[in-house]
Amino acid sequence: MKNQKLKMDMASKIAEVIEASSAEFTAQCYKLDQSPPLGSLVKTQDELGEIYGVVYNVETHSLDPGRRVIARGENLESNEDIFKVNPQLARLLSTDFKVMVVGHVQGKSLYHYLPPKPASIHSFVCTCRLEEVRAFTQSLDFLNLLVDVRLSVPVDEVTAACLRYASQAHSDPQGFLVKAGKELACLLGSDTRRLNSLLKRLK
Amino acid sequence: MKDQNSEERTNLGVVVSGSLTRGVEVKLDASVLVEDMVVGRYIAIEGEKYRFFGMITDVSLETTDPRAAIMPPDVSDPFIAQVIAGTTTYGKLRVLPMLTIGGDAAGILEGPQPAKTVPAHFSGVKLASQRDVELVFGAEDERRFYVGTPLDMETKVCLDISEFVKRSNGVFGKSGTGKTFLTRLLLVGMLQKGAAASLVFDMHSEYGWEGKTEKGYKVKGLKQLFPSKVAIFTLDEESSRRRRVSTDVVVRIGYDEIEPEDVDLLRQTLNLTEASIQAVYQLAREFGDRKWLEAVLNLNDDDSKQLISKLNIHDSTYRNLRRGLDNLRRFSFLVSRAPDNSVRRILEYLDRGINVILEFGRFDDFAAYILVANLLSRRIYAKYRENAEREMGGEVAPAHPLVITIEEAHRFLNPEVSSRTIFGRIAREMRKYNVTLLVIDQRPSGIDSEVMSQLGTKITCLLDDERDIDSVLTGTAGKSELKSVLSKLETKQQALIFGHAVPMPVVIKTREYGTAESYKELGFLEAAEMKRKTEKDIEGLWA
Repeated sequence: MKNQKLKMDMASKIAEVIEASSAEFTAQCYKLDQSPPLGSLVKTQDELGEIYGVVYNVETHSLDPGRRVIARGENLESNEDIFKVNPQLARLLSTDFKVMVVGHVQGKSLYHYLPPKPASIHSFVCTCRLEEVRAFTQSLDFLNLLVDVRLSVPVDEVTAACLRYASQAHSDPQGFLVKAGKELACLLGSDTRRLNSLLKRLK
Repeated sequence: MKDQNSEERTNLGVVVSGSLTRGVEVKLDASVLVEDMVVGRYIAIEGEKYRFFGMITDVSLETTDPRAAIMPPDVSDPFIAQVIAGTTTYGKLRVLPMLTIGGDAAGILEGPQPAKTVPAHFSGVKLASQRDVELVFGAEDERRFYVGTPLDMETKVCLDISEFVKRSNGVFGKSGTGKTFLTRLLLVGMLQKGAAASLVFDMHSEYGWEGKTEKGYKVKGLKQLFPSKVAIFTLDEESSRRRRVSTDVVVRIGYDEIEPEDVDLLRQTLNLTEASIQAVYQLAREFGDRKWLEAVLNLNDDDSKQLISKLNIHDSTYRNLRRGLDNLRRFSFLVSRAPDNSVRRILEYLDRGINVILEFGRFDDFAAYILVANLLSRRIYAKYRENAEREMGGEVAPAHPLVITIEEAHRFLNPEVSSRTIFGRIAREMRKYNVTLLVIDQRPSGIDSEVMSQLGTKITCLLDDERDIDSVLTGTAGKSELKSVLSKLETKQQALIFGHAVPMPVVIKTREYGTAESYKELGFLEAAEMKRKTEKDIEGLWA
């Protein structure tokens, strides 16, 4: 019964965890270039519960680290033609995305902090439905995980993207952004410059 | 604008820091517009055990990051403006907790007590509700007189008149800030509550019959409002007649009533030297206390020369003295022998509980005012003192309290003369003899600090001179906070009251005075109404 439910939820699965740690995990997309957008909320599920994360980096690369991708379209009309002419490419390349863990569900409760265990390897990753995004972003406690983290990409870009994305799930997107902005203002109160640039990205 | 009720419910913010002496700091919530917070408004703070009642003494703007002041965020963007309001930039209030109201039944029965502690961290802060203000200042009753309303509130602020008259009091304020209106109200209050009889030295003849607003409207004086309880005495019959004032008594003062001390007080006004004053005492010894003035004024040149050589007075001193004393001749109320004893007449009226207003008419200069006020008060003082002593001996009933109102008080109570005038003495000790002062002045810094410190209740309109403000607030708890309140008063119809007769300092918008409705509220009956009432009373007598 439980397994059945797990399967149902996973109907919108898009990727699979291929690397996991307590604070983040990497997922490989099933389809090339079909990653969720930067800043979007995704979740992965295993027997222990659900883990929520924010997509912070998307990368497409060659599956074999020894083989570099080379340019192939010099004599072709369009981008798509490259894949038509080289059908093997879709199998040789892969799109991965990195997710920062921002919360989890245990039992029926939602927590805006790191789970006790990292995501299980090979567990499925799916994008969250609007109501899930809405439920998760009712509380903005996860923002403090986001603003304090050190990432390989500019973290404020991720935060802004995440809030823009989440605002769409709310009935009053502007109201949500103001609330989130105020939360950020509290977190970044002593750094007006950073706050200002972040706020400008929220529009 | 929000209405009063919705404002009452709004949380303004939370207490974040502070102390009892400096007042607590309140961080304003983002939803509260800093511009709505006005210095002098009342604040209720819900502490753990007590409810605190205080007053806003300062409003400030704060930022979490000093750099925000150097590189202001782009507030033309409504989103950014909305986000930073109340977060990185916020308003802060300084609230001086003044009273505590206990949360338990005993505390409520006890009533508001002076605050001896501060509310705990993050206690909720609200604007004081009408009920809070009523609880603190009480409702109008047979002791309390309604003087005005707190800023932005409809509640009445009442002055405990029976407490008020127990001490000397002061009304201060720059010229044109409403001292006269306020004083008129206080006089009405004392009259209405019957707490004391008033003797008003009315320099500009504006309390008794009729006064004028700055815009030129006429306002009724006390006699018009309460004809049976007020008597107008005048020094200048002609002026009173021209103004169609119905006077009760014309005051005449005999030269024989002027004593050397009276001239002493006039030293500055009459431009006399110290040596001249010494000469006055010499002359009084020569001619006798009651005759000296007339004798000196009637001396011819030869007699003068003889006299000064006899008394060893320097010629220039004598000339200086004569010039000064000749000034007194222009006062037509001074006669060689008064037909009637003015002091006795005044006392007769006061004994019957009738308020006496002495109009100066055209003699509205300082020389006449100081001379007459001092001379009469000295005699009245003596009588009250005598009475009080006899009362201690159990011979007579205690006298009805008397309040003497003087204007331009710094002329009587400056450090140089205050120890010598009768007013200085009244301010210091006459409370024991049931006489107190109501001093009205625009230059409180000129008043002896010893006298200022004895004033029970001080009511002050706008003052902007630093020294004046300092002298008014001397010895008051929370002085620096009140200072900012005082200097921000509006120029009209606003006053800060603090001291004995109110539980805490309060800024009021003075009660309306001058409209038909206001007269009615004060208890004035139109002629027709008065007639009806009298007829009814008579009927009642026979029924």
